[in-house]
Amino acid sequence: MNMIEAINSALDIMLERDPNVILMGEDIGYFGGVFRCTAGLQEKHGKTRVFDTPISECGIIGAAVGMGAYGLRPVPEIQFADYIYPGIDQLISEAARLRYRSAAEFISPMTVRSPFGGGIFGGQTHSQSPESLFTHVAGLKTVIPSTPYDAKGLLIASIEDNDPVIFFEPKRIYNGPFDGFYDQPVQPWSKHPDSVVPEDYYRIDLGKAKIVREGEAFTVLAYGTMVHVAKAVVEHHGVDAEIIDLRTLLPLDIETIEESVKKTGRCLIVHEATRTSGFGAELSALVQERCFYHLEAPIERVTGFDTPYPHSLEWAYFPGPIRIGEAIETLLKD
Amino acid sequence: MADQDDKPMAGAKPNLPPLSLHVPEPQFRPGDDVDYSNVDIPPAGKQPRPDIGATPYDMREMVYDLVRVLDDDGKAVGPWDPKLKPDVLIKMLENMALVRAFDERLFRAQRQGKTSFYMKCRGEEATSVCAAFALASDDMVFPSYRQQGVLIARGYPLVEMVNQIYSNKGDKLKGRQLPIMYCSREHSFFTISGNLATQYPQAVGWAMASAIKGDTRIAATWCGEGSTAEGDFHSAATFAAVYNAPVILNVINNQWAISSFSGFAGAERTTFAARATGYGMAGLRVDGNDALAVYAATQWAAERARTNQGPTLIEYFTYRAEGHSTSDDPSAYRSADESKEWPLGDPINRLKQHLIQLGEWDEDRHAAMDERLANDVKAATKEAEKNGILGHGLHQPFETMFQDVFEELPWHLKEQSEQAARERAKKWPE
Repeated sequence: MNMIEAINSALDIMLERDPNVILMGEDIGYFGGVFRCTAGLQEKHGKTRVFDTPISECGIIGAAVGMGAYGLRPVPEIQFADYIYPGIDQLISEAARLRYRSAAEFISPMTVRSPFGGGIFGGQTHSQSPESLFTHVAGLKTVIPSTPYDAKGLLIASIEDNDPVIFFEPKRIYNGPFDGFYDQPVQPWSKHPDSVVPEDYYRIDLGKAKIVREGEAFTVLAYGTMVHVAKAVVEHHGVDAEIIDLRTLLPLDIETIEESVKKTGRCLIVHEATRTSGFGAELSALVQERCFYHLEAPIERVTGFDTPYPHSLEWAYFPGPIRIGEAIETLLKD
Repeated sequence: MADQDDKPMAGAKPNLPPLSLHVPEPQFRPGDDVDYSNVDIPPAGKQPRPDIGATPYDMREMVYDLVRVLDDDGKAVGPWDPKLKPDVLIKMLENMALVRAFDERLFRAQRQGKTSFYMKCRGEEATSVCAAFALASDDMVFPSYRQQGVLIARGYPLVEMVNQIYSNKGDKLKGRQLPIMYCSREHSFFTISGNLATQYPQAVGWAMASAIKGDTRIAATWCGEGSTAEGDFHSAATFAAVYNAPVILNVINNQWAISSFSGFAGAERTTFAARATGYGMAGLRVDGNDALAVYAATQWAAERARTNQGPTLIEYFTYRAEGHSTSDDPSAYRSADESKEWPLGDPINRLKQHLIQLGEWDEDRHAAMDERLANDVKAATKEAEKNGILGHGLHQPFETMFQDVFEELPWHLKEQSEQAARERAKKWPE
């Protein structure tokens, strides 16, 4: 399965297993979503379980809060993460705090799915990576898969979770892994081991990172598309790095990170989002706090630049092989 | 009318009139005499009562009218008279009077330093109490911060309310919410948010969920006229109309949003009920100080929702007779006469006069009731004070601060909780 099919399979299974699961979002019903993630689900499960919404992210998230309070388990789709902002107050002031402010009388068990990230010539309004806006909010969980196998297992766990989850889908790798060498032919998922996805139910617990590649030279912390880019660059440079796919940013698997950095003594953080106050800053602080006496070099951060996403200069903006390669050289200098 | 006297912009063309910005201004400011003669108050009983199944288009004039039942003599007249039995009317009166007694005492408690904040609903009691009477007790309400009348009408214990206001060790919201931001799942009363109108799309979502599940319960929500300017209001109205959600959207037009008069939410141009027309939704504009009109309008909208005939937006035309909150001084921005001169009177007085006119009530009984209610409230506050008042140490156990952020405590909150415990041991060694 590619990532779209894996997500579709997870949604299908959860609609089947739990009558309280409903899907809603712009164009997700009859049409099956602009990326086809919900294709066929309305036909199979009915239009009161899978339906289109008005173009109103505030309405979508706000209604999902009310549905969750009723006892449903809504899975709203925000068509692009760039459009999540009109619904952000409902997410951060309402969904995130509902359990806390009602002393658990009401909860908000929603999973907000949204394609995010760049590399598809989406310009400023279809390329953003706003994950750190959500990891900064008490009460939200943030999940980002990097393979079809993880996407299915993590999405099932997210839907079953009783807290609000932001589930960001890296759209650059919906159809195939991306190694960052943008002028090379696109690889389909079918050649990747993690495209073997069981048809049946399985879950991957939130808060557990995955060691994608074991190594001794340094630790790479990455998520989403950047896991694949980092891996390709590491292999290209022939260095023995350990690559950790965080999978969930919050709750974060600090044990795996700490263990790895203490072993390698060096740490490279890679994400697509803009640099300043990005999630890499939090990772860097955590590694410094917990692993300082094990570090043999300053922590390196490779990120997008602090500019809006430039349409025509996308590949100059994207944290690709050259930027990562330079960081690796710096990291290994001494 | 040019509201500005600046020199023309450099780029302005001399042969064209300069553009001017209109900034609304209320009719009266402190010191002004109040004259409400321009407020159109139609006679009670003259408003038609559309069939429950009327299309929004056919009843569109209702959004400019004002549904009224009680006339100047306290008689119930016209097709909107819900014809309630005297014992129900007395119960309604008693609940409104209890809300007022509660407000009076807890307002004073704030002034005495027992809590940080309080908000009265004086003058608006009917818009929550009588609406609650017309709803089923398990219909879900998504209130704003001036609907304490719904909780009281649903029999929520006064002691629990005071515990919440004092954020004490008895507060079942664990001292996390601002005073008056109650929540009771058992009473189908959703938790209150300080962010305005956020409960509107939530109510619609709850109503949609009820419809998805083939339930029979409906939802109702309230916001002030000022917060109809929030995007959430319009998202909610769109969703309610699109999905024909079984929901009642109440707008309490109490004329003031802190110091901004209703003109800043668009009241100079149209009514708030008329917002319904644009969404293809049933809309009613109702005398909010008329207990029977409020009851009748809610009953009408509830029946409409319950029979799958869709949402209703109700504007209650009323007046906020007190400040916005204990942190507000209304004498700084509005005429002191506004409240006294309000042409629709006081909701409690009007219902009282109606009962007296029916021969079911008298001044002595009313005075005795007021005294009894004041004592009930006093007893409740005394009882709650045993659990502590704000800032006097009798609060929730310390570790509750970290509970309920998530269902389970993640490692970072565990670490922070341990840090807080260490700080506490240093600050307050036992």
